[in-house]
Amino acid sequence: MLSYALRRLFGAIPTIFIIITAAFFMMRIAPGGPFDQERTLEATVMENLNATFGLDLPLWQQYGMYLGNLFRGDMGPSFIYRDMRVQEILGEGLPVSVQLGLTALILALVVGAALGTLAALRQNSSTDYTVIAVATFGITVPNFVVAPVLSLVFAVMLNWLPAQGWGEARQMVLPVIALALPQVAIIARLVRGAMIEALRSDHVRTARAYGLPARMVVLKHALRAAILPAVSYLGPAAAALLTGSIVVEQVFNLPGIGRYFVQGALNRDYTLVMGTVVIVAVFVVVFNLIVDLLYALLDPRVRYD
Amino acid sequence: MTDIANPAPEIAAGEWAAGRSLWAVALMRLRRNRAAMASLVVLIFMALAGIFGPSVAPHDYSEVYPEFVKVPPSFAPYPQEDQIVPAAEAALARARVDIAGIEVGDGQVEIDVTSERREIDPRIARYLDRSDVFSGTEMVTVADDGLSATMRADVAQLYFIAGTDANGRDLLSRILISLRISLMIGALATGVALMIGVLYGATAGFAGGRLDNVMMRVVDILYSLPFVFFVILLVVFFGRNVVLMFIAVGAVEWLDMARIVRGQTLSLRRREFVQAAESLGVRSRDIVRRHIIPNTLGTVIIYMTLMIPKVILLESFLSFLGLGVQEPLTSLGVLIAEGAKNMRNAPFMLFWPAATMTILLFALNFLGDGLRDALDPKDR
Amino acid sequence: MTRDLLTATALALVLGATSTAAQTYMRGNDANPETLDQHKTSTVAEANILRDLYEGLVVYDRNAEVIPGVAESWEVSEDGTTYTFTLRETARWSNGDPVTADDFVFSFRRIMMPETGAKYANILYPIANAEAINKGEMDPEEMGVRAIDEKTLEITLSQPTPYFLELLTHQTGLPVHPASVEEHGAEFVRPGNMVSNGAFTLEENILNDRIVLAKNENFHDAENVSLARVNYLPFEDLSTCVRAWEAGEVHSCSDLPAEDIERLQAEHGEAVRVAPYLGTYYYALNHNDEVLGDPRVRQALSMVIDREFLASEIFEGTMVPAQSFVPPGIGNYGGSPDVDYFDASMLDREDQAIALMEEAGYGPDNPVTLELAYNTSENNKNVATAIADMWSILGVDLEYTVRDASAHYSHLRDKGDFDVARAGWIGDYSDPQNFLFMVESDNDGFNYANYDNAEYDALMDEAAAAADLEARAEILQQAEAMFMEDLPFIPLLYYSSRSLVSSDLQGWEDNIQNVHPSRFLSLAGS
Repeated sequence: MLSYALRRLFGAIPTIFIIITAAFFMMRIAPGGPFDQERTLEATVMENLNATFGLDLPLWQQYGMYLGNLFRGDMGPSFIYRDMRVQEILGEGLPVSVQLGLTALILALVVGAALGTLAALRQNSSTDYTVIAVATFGITVPNFVVAPVLSLVFAVMLNWLPAQGWGEARQMVLPVIALALPQVAIIARLVRGAMIEALRSDHVRTARAYGLPARMVVLKHALRAAILPAVSYLGPAAAALLTGSIVVEQVFNLPGIGRYFVQGALNRDYTLVMGTVVIVAVFVVVFNLIVDLLYALLDPRVRYD
Repeated sequence: MTDIANPAPEIAAGEWAAGRSLWAVALMRLRRNRAAMASLVVLIFMALAGIFGPSVAPHDYSEVYPEFVKVPPSFAPYPQEDQIVPAAEAALARARVDIAGIEVGDGQVEIDVTSERREIDPRIARYLDRSDVFSGTEMVTVADDGLSATMRADVAQLYFIAGTDANGRDLLSRILISLRISLMIGALATGVALMIGVLYGATAGFAGGRLDNVMMRVVDILYSLPFVFFVILLVVFFGRNVVLMFIAVGAVEWLDMARIVRGQTLSLRRREFVQAAESLGVRSRDIVRRHIIPNTLGTVIIYMTLMIPKVILLESFLSFLGLGVQEPLTSLGVLIAEGAKNMRNAPFMLFWPAATMTILLFALNFLGDGLRDALDPKDR
Repeated sequence: MTRDLLTATALALVLGATSTAAQTYMRGNDANPETLDQHKTSTVAEANILRDLYEGLVVYDRNAEVIPGVAESWEVSEDGTTYTFTLRETARWSNGDPVTADDFVFSFRRIMMPETGAKYANILYPIANAEAINKGEMDPEEMGVRAIDEKTLEITLSQPTPYFLELLTHQTGLPVHPASVEEHGAEFVRPGNMVSNGAFTLEENILNDRIVLAKNENFHDAENVSLARVNYLPFEDLSTCVRAWEAGEVHSCSDLPAEDIERLQAEHGEAVRVAPYLGTYYYALNHNDEVLGDPRVRQALSMVIDREFLASEIFEGTMVPAQSFVPPGIGNYGGSPDVDYFDASMLDREDQAIALMEEAGYGPDNPVTLELAYNTSENNKNVATAIADMWSILGVDLEYTVRDASAHYSHLRDKGDFDVARAGWIGDYSDPQNFLFMVESDNDGFNYANYDNAEYDALMDEAAAAADLEARAEILQQAEAMFMEDLPFIPLLYYSSRSLVSSDLQGWEDNIQNVHPSRFLSLAGS
């Protein structure tokens, strides 16, 4: 399994290389540049800026330079945050996003799996319906509604928690809930569906027939199978969650990196977008690998040798 | 699908014995599921509302009523009693006349106007007609000296039962048109994603080995591309239209589906009935089509019911960035985004679109669950 | 870091109850600054912070009037082209070094060097040879800035510029500490490296989280600075700042969402500050377009727009209906020339506009389709929808092309295809020239309308050479009258600044530049 993991990671290098290349050129085809803003710049000024950032060079040369710098661990200067290099910007923001995303992920997984299992065990009972209703509600209301409402109720009206900012545990509560809510809903539904199926499967029936206690059957045998679709879903979801959420970060004013995807793209901050692309690519590769390994671990029928 | 002739134990044995196809049984089971049937009714109703609603609604979805900006929902007609007098005063404010008295009654209004020096110009009737509130204004009497007159006008009866938006457009009409657009986007994008994703995932999972590796590598690459840029490029090169959005959204969303189906296929491949089919020499294509895909349907359908809301939300995110549906058209996502900005001063602008979306998505979810239960081949 | 914020937040919550040491001003800012290098800066968010960190030759007071800064006095030569500044003896950098004339010479040269890549270098182009240096055609030493002695600075301009002192209040005129720049290069802006000469020094800078300034004890007027700390918090989402303010976590917000203004005014009254601002929201008309090339069409389009509606319904009174391109209250101007139709009623304006369109050969029977380009924003969308409705009676079908800001402005700058385009302009300094120069025929960057009128250009040249302020104002008024006649741009609304100011925060005066230096502010309870 270890050699398989290493092989996968090693094999990911060309993947990441292709992503970087595709993103680099796609981005340059988009109209507008980093210095096009509401306040149009003087022609001379624009020329100076382009020269400072090497934008006046042929594209292939810029590409070569970018790759060269990247190889040396330098992601280049940000076009917008001019006092910083991209690795510094991402280095400051990534821990925030990861901390936030990981907390939300764990919360979502635990709560979601618990709710899903509960609903499945009492299929078609009122508990089941309540869980489904709550879970469905969690999916139907968009983030940009949930987050401000949470902030309004708990920060402005009740004054229990801060409305914005980062650094204290208290400040994490609302953003984590806002982030986890839709995930809880999705996971609960996935687990419920798979759990119902698992409870009817032969090996769970067999385990029951052997007279194993119901709780143990559920936890040990059924949950193991029932969590599979959720794990499958979690690969990409985790990558997305850990690399930040634009809406939640904006509403709670958090210094994560989620904002840079959209902001960087809208500002044509080429190097910053490239940086986020590299990070997302790495996360996706790693999480996909983790998912596949988990699959092998949870499902004895899947083996990687 | 009645051509499922292979008596694979997992799928059809029981059903065939009874002489009914899997799908007929599924339909029968679905009919017994009341929540799913209710959802189906709701969905059909919403689809009909989206298709025919905009043409039967009392207002056109793009008609602007400058005098009724962000008015709250009401079953009473606008202008409401206490608004008529101020409306008349506002309409005549520029006519350079003094208002001596206003009487309201019977869907009509009578206004006595006076002027100190200048003779009253009968054209001032048009000031009233210009307003959305009054129509058919006539000068009933004009005094001989021309310094006073009485005007009569019909008062409009406009119903905004869901209120109006920031431009004074009827929210109900806008919700109806948004239903049409959102349902179209949801259905088409999901359809595209479903087709590509299921075929792709099942093929990769079943083929395994090198092909699987390459195919999943492609998915990884697509996953990590900057989506915003992808859409900006599409919009710039191919112009801005709704069909393009389906393609863009569908082209992104099939990735999840492919992964999930592949995961399922990986386990299915190890199952006895698949191995049996393989050893019997059934062609891979047929195994995928007859065994793998039908067995992933349960998960796929659950996931699909999760995907339609996701597509609708994604669309709203795009519209939020200005890359989505164009004015004067609108979508549920756009309306909710607008409402979210106004949630504290005009909560109804958020409430009605959000309620519509919630009901729509609830119905989709319950129907999905119903379908899953109905299609579950193991539930005998 | 955790403890710092905890302290700060706690302080903010118990504000007023604690001692002077707790004087931390939690200040909501528009966005995170792109840079703290005064020579690379371009945004208002940066201007707010830099104004607290550094002091220029002259500065704005709380009413946005020019008062002595590092320069305690100055003399202007007869012909208006030579300024001699005497620097105050007590001016010091935060490390104790005296602020000298050479520091300013270094700074002015640095901003013009092409390799600095200064976004706003053009603000200081009136200084002799500055533009040529920025173009790389001359050496920085040839700039019209000279240190006569340690405390005397002479600046020579290429022509009289009556708003020059105003220009020096801009953040581009702030000095850098030469020794730090030489030692740290581009990293002189980091906490620990930065040496500043303003009322505050940089203590902490966490991207998109907060920027903490601490009082500079070496500042010459330190005794009158009441705040011990200023925490700048960047708010990208305006409603987030509003909620934070309502929850007592910040003392002021630098901008407010237009759609929420009425509620805020109802609930918080005096705390909501709406003040005229030096900016205009307009639609540019492409003069190269066949239909819009007809002046009657342009007049009709402008006439029929009900600006009151836009201002009161869409912006809830936070914008002012515009009857000219140059906003009122600007310096060196006697006020914009009147335009007849703004006095007429909307009804008459509509009739007149319909008649003009008919004359030009258009109307509901012979409709024209115009393409409106605007950049993505809720308010831009609402304005576009309302104007489409107003123009519909003229037989104008409006189609929208919406792009993100970068694509929109590059499209305009590159003379892309459009009929009507939305844009906005915020004055860099309080002078009508800063508005009217936009449509000079040789102004490639700003003349989106492709307006080409030799008479207009001649008037602008004449104004530039005029030394007498009143005569100059008259010439500029003629130019603006011509502008309103030819309508390269249709002015729609004047901007207003919108702030939310806690009653604990004292010394905040609304002003047209929307500048509120923290050194003049204090918190109640000290």
